[in-house]
Amino acid sequence: MMDWRALALSLELAAWTMFILFPVGVWLGRMLAWRQFRGKALAEALLALPLVLPPTVLGYYLLVAFGGASPVGQLYQRLFGHQLVFSFQGLLLASIIFNLPFSIQPMQRAFEAIAPEVRDAAECCGLSRWRALWRIELPLAWPGILSALVLTFAHTLGEFGVVLMVGGSIPGETKTIAISIYDRVQGFDVDSAAVMSATLLVISLAAIAITFLTTTKRETLPYA
Amino acid sequence: MPEEGLRVRLRQRGPIALDAELVCARGELLALVGPSGSGKSTILRAIAGLLRISEGNITCDGETWFEASRRIHLNPRQRRIGIVFQHYALFPHLSALENVMEALLELPMPRRRSKAKDWLDRLHLHGLEDRKPARLSGGQQQRVAVARALAREPRALLLDEPFSAVDRSTREKLYEELAELRRDFSVPVVLVTHDLDEALMLADRMSILSQGRSLQTGLPFEVMTRPDTVHVAQLVGQKNIFRAGVIEHLPERGVTVIEWRGRRLDARLQAKFAPGSQVAWTIPRSHVLVHTPDRLSETDLENRVPGKVSEFVRLGENAALTIHIDDPTRPPLFVSVPLHLAQHYAIASGSEIVVSFLAEGIHLMPPDKALRRDGPIRAPEAD
Repeated sequence: MMDWRALALSLELAAWTMFILFPVGVWLGRMLAWRQFRGKALAEALLALPLVLPPTVLGYYLLVAFGGASPVGQLYQRLFGHQLVFSFQGLLLASIIFNLPFSIQPMQRAFEAIAPEVRDAAECCGLSRWRALWRIELPLAWPGILSALVLTFAHTLGEFGVVLMVGGSIPGETKTIAISIYDRVQGFDVDSAAVMSATLLVISLAAIAITFLTTTKRETLPYA
Repeated sequence: MPEEGLRVRLRQRGPIALDAELVCARGELLALVGPSGSGKSTILRAIAGLLRISEGNITCDGETWFEASRRIHLNPRQRRIGIVFQHYALFPHLSALENVMEALLELPMPRRRSKAKDWLDRLHLHGLEDRKPARLSGGQQQRVAVARALAREPRALLLDEPFSAVDRSTREKLYEELAELRRDFSVPVVLVTHDLDEALMLADRMSILSQGRSLQTGLPFEVMTRPDTVHVAQLVGQKNIFRAGVIEHLPERGVTVIEWRGRRLDARLQAKFAPGSQVAWTIPRSHVLVHTPDRLSETDLENRVPGKVSEFVRLGENAALTIHIDDPTRPPLFVSVPLHLAQHYAIASGSEIVVSFLAEGIHLMPPDKALRRDGPIRAPEAD
C-alpha cells in the first residue's frame, strides 16, 4: 500500500532542504532586513520568483541549467562522475531554489521586526557579532525562523512539478511520495493513493500545528 | 599628559548636516539641548560609534575613537561606552538580571551573575531580577537600562532622552538617582534632551544645538539668561526679546544705558556693544518685577515702566500675564507671577501695572533680522 521508499526519500529531501536553508535563510534574511544596497529590490524580486512561476516552468529552466549541456552540469559530471539532473543531489539543489522565498521571506520579516535600538544596544553592551546573533537576534526572530523552516519542510514534501522535471521518477533516487501518489492514481491503485495522501495530510497538519503552537506560546510571553 | 574627558568635533554636509564641537570633562554632565531634528541624537550616535561622520574626530581621555582623516573608527565595543536609549532597548526575551549580565561578558559566569545582581540592587531593583522587561514599569525598565550601561564600567556614559518615556513623578525620582550615581563615577556623561528644565536641573554645562550646529555651550543658567544670539534666546524659550539702541556705557556704575521705545533703561555693563549701535535685548522672567501703581514700594525701583495687562491666564500655581507697554500694537511683554500674589494684588485682565526690569537681568545681543522693529515676530521652534 504505502510506498515507503518514496516516503523516506521525501522526508530525507525535506530535511536536507530545511537543514541547508536554515543558515542560508538566516544570512540572506538578515541582510535583506537590515542592509541597504544597490539592486536590493531586484534581488528580492528574484528570490520571490518561485512563488509565482509555474513549477513546471521553473523545473524546465533548472533542467536546462543543470543538464549535461550546461557548465554547471558538466562541472558536476567531471567532479562526481555522474550527472546532476535525475539524481538526488540535483533534486536537492532544485528543492533549495524553489524553497528560497518560503524560507527567506518569513525570516526577513522576523529580523525586520527586531527594533534597531535593540541591535545597537547589543553592540554597545560589548556583544560580539556571534554572541549578538545567537543570544539576541535568533531568539527574537525564532517564531519567524521556525515557521519558515516548517513551511519549507511541508512545501518540499508536496512539490510535484519541479521534482518531476528535474528528478524524473527514479525509485529510491528521485521518486518522491507526491510522484508516487500520482503514479498510483494513474495505475488505478486508488487505495494506495488515499493512504499516502492521508499520510502527507497528517504530516503537513502536524507541521503547521507545531508552528502555531510554538508561535502562540511565544506570544503569550511578555515582550517589551 | 593625555587630555582627559571627551572631545568631539564633527562636521558633515549630509545626510544630516553637522557642525558641532563639544568637550565633556570627566565627571561632568553635558546636556545637548535642541528641538527635534537639531542633530543631538545623531551626535550621540556618532560618539557611541553607531554612526560614521564624514569629517572630524572624537577622543576620550586622549585615545582616538574616531578620526576621519586617518580613517580611524572604533566600533562601540572597542570604545567601551555605556548608553541608555530613549526607549531603553532592553533585550525583551531576557530577564532584568540577564540583561545586565550581557554587559558583563568579560567576567566568568558566577561573578557575572553576582555583579549583575549587585547592580540591580544598587538601582533599587531588588526582587525584580527574574522579571522580563515587559513586566517592569517604565521607571524600572529605565533603571535596568542604566544598570546595564554602567555595569560595563564605561569610559563615557551616553543618555539619549532617557527620561522622556516616564511619568513626571517617576522622572523626578530618577533625576535624584542619577545625581546620586554620578557622585560615584568620574566618566564624562552626555545627556541628550529637548527639555530645558531637565538640562537646567541635571547638567553641569549645556550646549544648544540647532540644525546640527552647536550654537552656544556654557553653564545652563548662563546660557538660559545670557544667550549669545537671538536664535539661542528663542531656542531656550525666551519670549521677551526686543530691539533697542545703545546710548552709553557708564563703567563707574557698572551700567550700559539703552534706549527702548523712547525710554532709557539701565542694563548690566556690556561694553562690547558700541554706543549708537542697534542691539536685541532679553531678560529672564525672574528679573521682571510686577507692581500695582497704588502699592508701589518706596524703594527706588530700577527701570520702571508702566503697562497694562491684556491677558491673564492661570497656569497651575502661576499666572501668565501678557503686558502691553504703551502701544498695544507693539510686541507685548510676557511675565509669570505666582497666582497668590496676582490675587493678593488684584491683578487681572485690564489692570494698570508697573513693571520693573532689573538691570542685572537685561542682556544685550547682536540684532537679528528675524526681529521686528522692537520685538520678536517668530515664535521659537516647537518641541
